[in-house]
Amino acid sequence: MRVIIVGCGRVGARVAAELDSRGEHVTVIDINPRAFSRLPPGFGGESVRGNGTDEDVMRSAGAEQADIVMALTEGDNRNALAAQLAKHTFGAPRVIAKINDPLRGEAYRALGVETICRTIILADALVVAAREGAEATNGFVEPPTAEPRHRAHAPNAAANRQVREAMDAAEDQTAEATIVQPGDGQQGGL
Amino acid sequence: MYVVVVGGGNVGYYLTKELLAAGHEVVVIEEDAARARQIADELGSIVVANDGCEGRYQAEAGMGRADVMASVTGDDAVNLAACQIAKMRFNVPRSIARINDPKNEKLFRQLAIDETVSPTRSILGVIEHEIPVHDLLHLAELEGGDIQIVEALIDADSPVLGRELRDLNLPEGSTIAVLIRDERPQSPRSDTKLRVGDKVLAVTSANGEAELRSLLIGE
Repeated sequence: MRVIIVGCGRVGARVAAELDSRGEHVTVIDINPRAFSRLPPGFGGESVRGNGTDEDVMRSAGAEQADIVMALTEGDNRNALAAQLAKHTFGAPRVIAKINDPLRGEAYRALGVETICRTIILADALVVAAREGAEATNGFVEPPTAEPRHRAHAPNAAANRQVREAMDAAEDQTAEATIVQPGDGQQGGL
Repeated sequence: MYVVVVGGGNVGYYLTKELLAAGHEVVVIEEDAARARQIADELGSIVVANDGCEGRYQAEAGMGRADVMASVTGDDAVNLAACQIAKMRFNVPRSIARINDPKNEKLFRQLAIDETVSPTRSILGVIEHEIPVHDLLHLAELEGGDIQIVEALIDADSPVLGRELRDLNLPEGSTIAVLIRDERPQSPRSDTKLRVGDKVLAVTSANGEAELRSLLIGE
């Protein structure tokens, strides 16, 4: 499977590394070449420097042959443009865009784009963690690996760290296919 | 008419000013608070200081009853998103997107943006109109400039397209030296027919150059 990932941030780099280690053909696009340092040393895929919303850059990354294009930059609008460029100009069979505004996500799913929303994932996981415990979150919230020794001294620090870790863990799990919301397959138009 | 303008940069600002002067009702959505205040100070309280791609701020700007919306920021991704949200959530009758990268024109049209305006394309058009794109390429001059070696690219508009070399009425003092076809040089033969993409290398006197140009390239 040929995969193009737009945006080599923490999420993009992790998805790229995981797919590469599972034998998929991965190409990562990022405008900032330093972002590629997030990729692990043994990364066997390709990296293309450039703007993932630019047709020429997308083409040079092999968009015409891609089976799936994922737009995972920090900007909803950029991700939406990159995904729709891949779908409509290059005919990519599947496109997934990270859209952090849930309402906008709904709109893009109606245009045939699969979306993933950090806000929804984090909120859902944290609601379950609060009410049923970390174990009930399917690994999205991870329980601590050790009890803090002097709880009375730094309850806030420990709690803060736990929340922070929980949030990082949830963010890092965004590659799970089950939480990508499918587009409705519509080919264009509004 | 009721118009919502997304983006209060120079284009958005002057557009709003002109529309107001023409008697239209206008609301501008501008994300930068300082810029929004500046426009409001000058043009009145017609500014929503927020993200023009978000549905609730479009609602605040009255997108639901807008006749036209125009997204004119310097960022194509923002303009596309703003137009798509306006279309899908508010069913705005007419959406206009400013396009900075001319290559995005086709995609935006495909995505049902009603109108696209590309200043880049317009300026390019003016420049290309002023300067003929296809001209004789000067490769070398001999005899102190009296003799020129020039190259002409045969395109679909060339008057000699499809003609055999022997039928060319070359100006006096001009001769075709080499033909480059599919990146390979070949000797010109009298029965060679000129095709699109052929490059003709000619030797010509300085006097015959203009005539040679109109013969091979056209006006």
